[in-house]
Amino acid sequence: MADAKILIDRASKLFLEGTVVAFRNIELSVRTNEILCIVGPSGCGKTTLLRCIGGLVAPTSGRVLIDGATVERPRAGVAIVFQHFGLLPWKTVAANVAFGLKVGGAPRGETAERAEHYIKLVGLGGFENHYPYQLSGGMQQRVGLARALATNPEILLMDEPFASVDAQTREVLQEELLGLHERERKTMVFITHSIDEALVLGDRVAVMSAHPGRVKEVLPVEFSRPRDASAVRADARYAELRNHIWSELRPTAVV
Amino acid sequence: MSISKTDQRIAAAGVTSADQELMREQEAARIRAGALQRRAAVGRLAIRLVSLLIVLGGWEYFGRQTNPILFTYPTAVAQAAVKMIASGELWKYLSQSLIVLFAGLGLASVFGIALGLAMARFRVIDIALDTYITALYSIPSVALVPVLVLWFGFEITAKTAVVFLFTFFPIVINTYQGVKNVDERLLEVGRAFRCGERDLWIHIVLPAALPFIVAGLRLAIGRGLIGMVLADLYTAITGIGYLIARYASTYRTDAMFVPIVTLGILGITLTSLLRFVERRIAPWAHQAGRE
Repeated sequence: MADAKILIDRASKLFLEGTVVAFRNIELSVRTNEILCIVGPSGCGKTTLLRCIGGLVAPTSGRVLIDGATVERPRAGVAIVFQHFGLLPWKTVAANVAFGLKVGGAPRGETAERAEHYIKLVGLGGFENHYPYQLSGGMQQRVGLARALATNPEILLMDEPFASVDAQTREVLQEELLGLHERERKTMVFITHSIDEALVLGDRVAVMSAHPGRVKEVLPVEFSRPRDASAVRADARYAELRNHIWSELRPTAVV
Repeated sequence: MSISKTDQRIAAAGVTSADQELMREQEAARIRAGALQRRAAVGRLAIRLVSLLIVLGGWEYFGRQTNPILFTYPTAVAQAAVKMIASGELWKYLSQSLIVLFAGLGLASVFGIALGLAMARFRVIDIALDTYITALYSIPSVALVPVLVLWFGFEITAKTAVVFLFTFFPIVINTYQGVKNVDERLLEVGRAFRCGERDLWIHIVLPAALPFIVAGLRLAIGRGLIGMVLADLYTAITGIGYLIARYASTYRTDAMFVPIVTLGILGITLTSLLRFVERRIAPWAHQAGRE
């Protein structure tokens, strides 16, 4: 796999002195500039896997490699968008977006300029001096996205970023992410429990099962780019893929 | 108002015009909320005034029927207060006590916050000291006053030490708790953005702990007032404690109530001052959930 940006090499993660298995023997690679969506039920360890790629936790065994080097701690060039947004309540929108740059030691002028650029890009121009508590969930996650993008990462790790916003906002944000991917190619790993979201966004979809977490299957999603979400949903292959993934997930779904 | 609906409109219809519309709506909401808050504030004030009138009226009525050696009534206290303020007597003794209060509180804040942070940061310090902190916090501080007199004598050093003893522990414990209660998820965000230890403290831990620290200071003010009067009474009798003791021993009950009422007003003033400062430096801690 010469073009593997991220390589997960027989990685396992056990918790609580080995009594809880998050995932076991995962082999997965992410190609440069693709969007890999990981879909699976709760408890399949998909979030833990993302945190391993981000260098926030170490796998119990096996390795995670980025550009051929083992990930041991959070790396430069990798940014994470969190499901819980993870905004700092005491900072304004502008300061939150500038956060990664500031602690990364970027010069002050450049920090302000880049923060401003990405605030506009996610459609929050005019809200620079608002605090997170003054924004809706959708707007807060735009801030989270702008904060990640502002560090100009090669790799964007997204942990169910749209799971806690309402359905319409979610679709708008998906469209915007597609547009963004056209403008600034990045390697993205996108965790979701929505099959629809995985198919609309992903170049490939990794289907995970739970207890213990494993990758059951990696499916190519060959809708052309630039993508239009509604056109994807209307496509006959969409229904086919959706049914296929659903039949893969159904046995492990917790009712 | 629903921000999220407007949010979707911005996303769907492009930025600028919808943006302005949202900002206009927010402005209107801010004015509405401001008016509501003012009305609520006026309501609260009215209730407090009526309550004060009833309490003072009752006190006046029953106070006048009691032996003036045993009890007094508001107008008599007010008259005594006017005299004591005009002669400079009240301020003379109050200022002696205030110096002790602020010196003790100031020292306790500096050392208390420092120790609380150190315990939260360094496991060794935490494990080594937490038993003593808990033990000393549990012992009624008044039990230690004679020891302090032995060590520091009767003068201002001893008095400051008493106030310090009364205020130090709530500050330590609250600071410690504040740091320990920092949202794990935000710490992870910090690590994900490759914060060093210093950045983690400046950008995440300290701001998150701030409301806890201020709550500790609020507790400390209440305890500090107790310590202040206690120090006045148990060491060389000076300050506001002296005023109370002197007028009590000469059966001037009306004048005795002047320093007592002053203490109550002092407590209210210091606490609301701190609340005001807290709102200025930590607006997020109060305004979340308010429209």
